[in-house]
Amino acid sequence: MRYLVSVIDDKDDPGSTDRGPAISAFNKRLMAEGHWVFAGGLADTDAATVVDSRGEQAVFSDGPFLESKEYLAGVWVWEAPDLDVALALAAEASEICDRKLEVRPFL
Amino acid sequence: MTDADAAVTRAHRDEWARVVAGLTRRFGDLDIAEEAAAEAFATAVQRWPADGVPPNPGAWLTTTANRKAIDRIRRESKRDDKHKEARTVFDDDPPEPVGAIDDDRLRLIFTCCHPALAMPTRVALTLRMLGGLTVTEIARAFLVQETAMERRITRAKAKIKVAGIPYRVPSAEDLPGRLSGVLAVLFLVFNEGYLATGPGTDPVRHDLTAEAIRLTRLIRALLPDDGEVAGLLALMLLTEARRTARVSGSGELVPLAEQDRGAWDASLIAEGHRLVRERLAAAAAGTAPGRYQILAAINAVHTSVRDIRDTDWSQVVALYDQLVRLDPSPIVALNRAIAVAELDGPDVALAAVDRLEDQLADYHAYHATRADLLRRLGRSAEARTAYDRAIQLAGNTAETAYLTRRRDQLH
Repeated sequence: MRYLVSVIDDKDDPGSTDRGPAISAFNKRLMAEGHWVFAGGLADTDAATVVDSRGEQAVFSDGPFLESKEYLAGVWVWEAPDLDVALALAAEASEICDRKLEVRPFL
Repeated sequence: MTDADAAVTRAHRDEWARVVAGLTRRFGDLDIAEEAAAEAFATAVQRWPADGVPPNPGAWLTTTANRKAIDRIRRESKRDDKHKEARTVFDDDPPEPVGAIDDDRLRLIFTCCHPALAMPTRVALTLRMLGGLTVTEIARAFLVQETAMERRITRAKAKIKVAGIPYRVPSAEDLPGRLSGVLAVLFLVFNEGYLATGPGTDPVRHDLTAEAIRLTRLIRALLPDDGEVAGLLALMLLTEARRTARVSGSGELVPLAEQDRGAWDASLIAEGHRLVRERLAAAAAGTAPGRYQILAAINAVHTSVRDIRDTDWSQVVALYDQLVRLDPSPIVALNRAIAVAELDGPDVALAAVDRLEDQLADYHAYHATRADLLRRLGRSAEARTAYDRAIQLAGNTAETAYLTRRRDQLH
């Protein structure tokens, strides 16, 4: 199964900024063990643009679709046989990247 | 009740979890398993009175439920291609040997009590899938709307399927952590039965205490070497043994000191004591006891004397000291103080209780304990205030009645 692992940061209480090397090492392990599909950090929500083309004209607006103190800071996509495996990896990953994670299965 | 009705009731009690667990393994879907099991029991209700009770009710129910599940998958697969996959699971293998079936139930317990599910959901799902309680019964037990309970259970089954919660016993290294969650679910069910909350319910819900004991017995049978499982079962048995003596004819709580000890259930006490002795032997051999084993040992001390005056309070306090080291929660400290009152007097206990105020200001038992200690110390006005607060916070009808009478007896 595939799981989307969302990295959740908090504007009021941000996680550490020195986790790059540890995360890279963890990613190498994910690749070696066959769990890696994709990963990427996201730029700050200030850099987001919302596009709404459901009406007659496309509307572009500056900023994220949701203003909240918690925001999506990056994502992983993992391949895992079941939720227990995904949660065990996520427990490690949360410690390594010093942020909360949300684990959600793809349909 | 006719013989056939009694046989269906007995089979429901003994075979429900086995049938559901076996179907879950075979079809990999809790919904199909549960509905097919329910249909099989409904068929038994119709057929057994006319055809006679089959020689092996469990095998009859398993076979019938398997057919119902296959029918259902075939029916649905005509409408929905997604179910074609499930149909391929169908096989004509003979029933699994008993060992494997027992394993299925254990797997089902760990699936229903998965840490990715919220605690109230784990409790509800365990009662439904393993206990065979109807959604109506579970909703009534936990005082929620039936539709809300239905939604909670449906949502949990969907999450198990979509999120890939596995149907298996956790690996040896994960087992202790996961088992403690399972035991917590069962203890929660038991406590809700033993001290039922809510103005409209009976003060003791025997249906829930009995169900918790039955499921704990099941885990005990499946994991006979686990000390905490034995401890929790002993704790439940020794508590359940006092059930009828605990509420008076007028529906008032009877505290331990005033209970008619002749009304305690001797066979439950004997069984509980046997389990505690087994754990004491293990502790003597070097296995450190966990929380439930210590609580069971405390209850063993209480239930081993015919007269409250013979209670070995120093042993009770020593056991609480052991428990405080494992679980330094304010509630444990409060219970320890109650035992200290018997050993060192109410003034010493009150000083210990007062130190817990910040943490337990909203807990009814904190105020009830203080009220009792203040009463024993002759500080009536303060006792009255404490009783008022305890009555305000208590949710159990028998407890409220007892506290009200105590308050009104104050001079």
